[in-house]
Amino acid sequence: MLTIKKSFASFWKYRYLLQNLITRDFKLKYRRSVLGVAWSVLNPLLTCLVMWAVFGSLFNARGQGIENFPVFLIIGQLLFNFFRESTSMAMESVLKNAPLLRKVYIPKYVFPLEKTCFALVNCLFSFVAFLIVVVVTWSPVSFETALLALYPLVMLFFFSLGIGLLLSALYVFVRDIMHIWEVFCTLLVYGSAIFYDPRQMMGWVQAVINLNPIYWYITSFRSCVMWGEGLTASMLLVDFLCAAVSMALGLFVFKKTQDKFVLYM
Amino acid sequence: MDKNTPIISIDHVSMRFNLAKEKHESLKEYFIALTHGGIRFDEFFALKDVTFDIMPGDFYGLIGLNGSGKSTLLKIISGVYKPSAGKVTVRGSIAPLIELGAGFDMDLTARENIYLNGTVLGYTPKYLDSKFDEIVDFSELKDFLDVPLKNYSSGMVARLAFAIATMTKPDILIADEILSVGDFLFQQKCEKRMAELMSGGTTVILVSHSIEQIERMCNKVAWLDHGHLRRNGPTAPIAAEYRSFNKADSIPAEKTGAETK
Repeated sequence: MLTIKKSFASFWKYRYLLQNLITRDFKLKYRRSVLGVAWSVLNPLLTCLVMWAVFGSLFNARGQGIENFPVFLIIGQLLFNFFRESTSMAMESVLKNAPLLRKVYIPKYVFPLEKTCFALVNCLFSFVAFLIVVVVTWSPVSFETALLALYPLVMLFFFSLGIGLLLSALYVFVRDIMHIWEVFCTLLVYGSAIFYDPRQMMGWVQAVINLNPIYWYITSFRSCVMWGEGLTASMLLVDFLCAAVSMALGLFVFKKTQDKFVLYM
Repeated sequence: MDKNTPIISIDHVSMRFNLAKEKHESLKEYFIALTHGGIRFDEFFALKDVTFDIMPGDFYGLIGLNGSGKSTLLKIISGVYKPSAGKVTVRGSIAPLIELGAGFDMDLTARENIYLNGTVLGYTPKYLDSKFDEIVDFSELKDFLDVPLKNYSSGMVARLAFAIATMTKPDILIADEILSVGDFLFQQKCEKRMAELMSGGTTVILVSHSIEQIERMCNKVAWLDHGHLRRNGPTAPIAAEYRSFNKADSIPAEKTGAETK
């Protein structure tokens, strides 16, 4: 109990650092770009357009049987992007700040936490793209249950944070992780039902995709925002459990290894 | 604060490094090394069983040749390293000046860096607001506040870092060879500032290769020799002994070869 209190006190002391680091990242990300923050919106919008064009014309499967395909697409795109961005940035964050960590004491988890928060801020900005798609395609949105979508979003945040902590710790010791993770994310793009609905697929494909937490978060979100069905009990449970397991694992590994970080940087 | 309780107790502290003969930064290298008969580490003690106390108000100098463990000890005190054995107890806040500008982002301006580096040291933005002018005055960088740090000279960076780290009255100030940067005028200014802090009750730990500087500023010194504490106590006799020190007399560092399969 005492250690929890102590770690919270240290977190509270460094909350301004967290805030400053996020501001710095934001400033540097768009420094010297003409459109600046607008890219946070344009980027997913254009990616979404490309995907829509590709799956529309090339494969001639413009989301057959999926209502409001553009909205369907951009939700998947935004949430998946958040996951990929936050985890890959968090992975490198500890090592990138090696010069600092070698000289001053700072709680090391600040860096993966900061990157995950930064990715979330970015993701929230990008939701403007979602609004644009909704307005342009004039798709119906279920306002009654839309607020419930916060639940999968928050859970996805913790899920990503746990994975980020885990990866950032492993990355200090084994640099291969970066390449493995990159490939793994590419695989995940196809396994997260971003541009297709697994309910139209064969049984075993469905079963495999059901094992993917990202799919659950995306589907929960869509269920709240698009289909007006809210959250089922299994969604509530799976979303929470995945986040809890990921956080427990991430924190455990990070805590176990953090004292050795400086010796390997 | 109690004048008779040490502000820093260093209690049988050892720091062991694995001098990996081959550094394995990728899985492939690691597995190859594993199949080729185990992974070899040479253990090396950067510090071996060091014990001494620092009292509030001390101006403690750390002396020793290159590689004697001075910086390692400072890093253990400031919490960057965790000692492999022993314990360090610190009662008070620390402002570390281990290599100036550690917390700077070279792409940001001086103004932005004051806030970033200040929060790295654990200060609140409100507090930094109130000290902002003082920092700018001390560092003499008023005209360059909105220039990215990458366009600064190293002396300018050092001035800014020193100004940020010493604008508060920390309980303990740790300074690792910082005074070797900057021109002589700035060095004088730094010494004056440190003397001011001292009179305000701050304990200072200083690492320097300039024995004259140590004699001028410190009331006590600890002499490290290959990780062993050779002497510690009042400055004058130890400094004299250090001057006449012959390299052949030094205590060899502790090294063991360990093999893990």
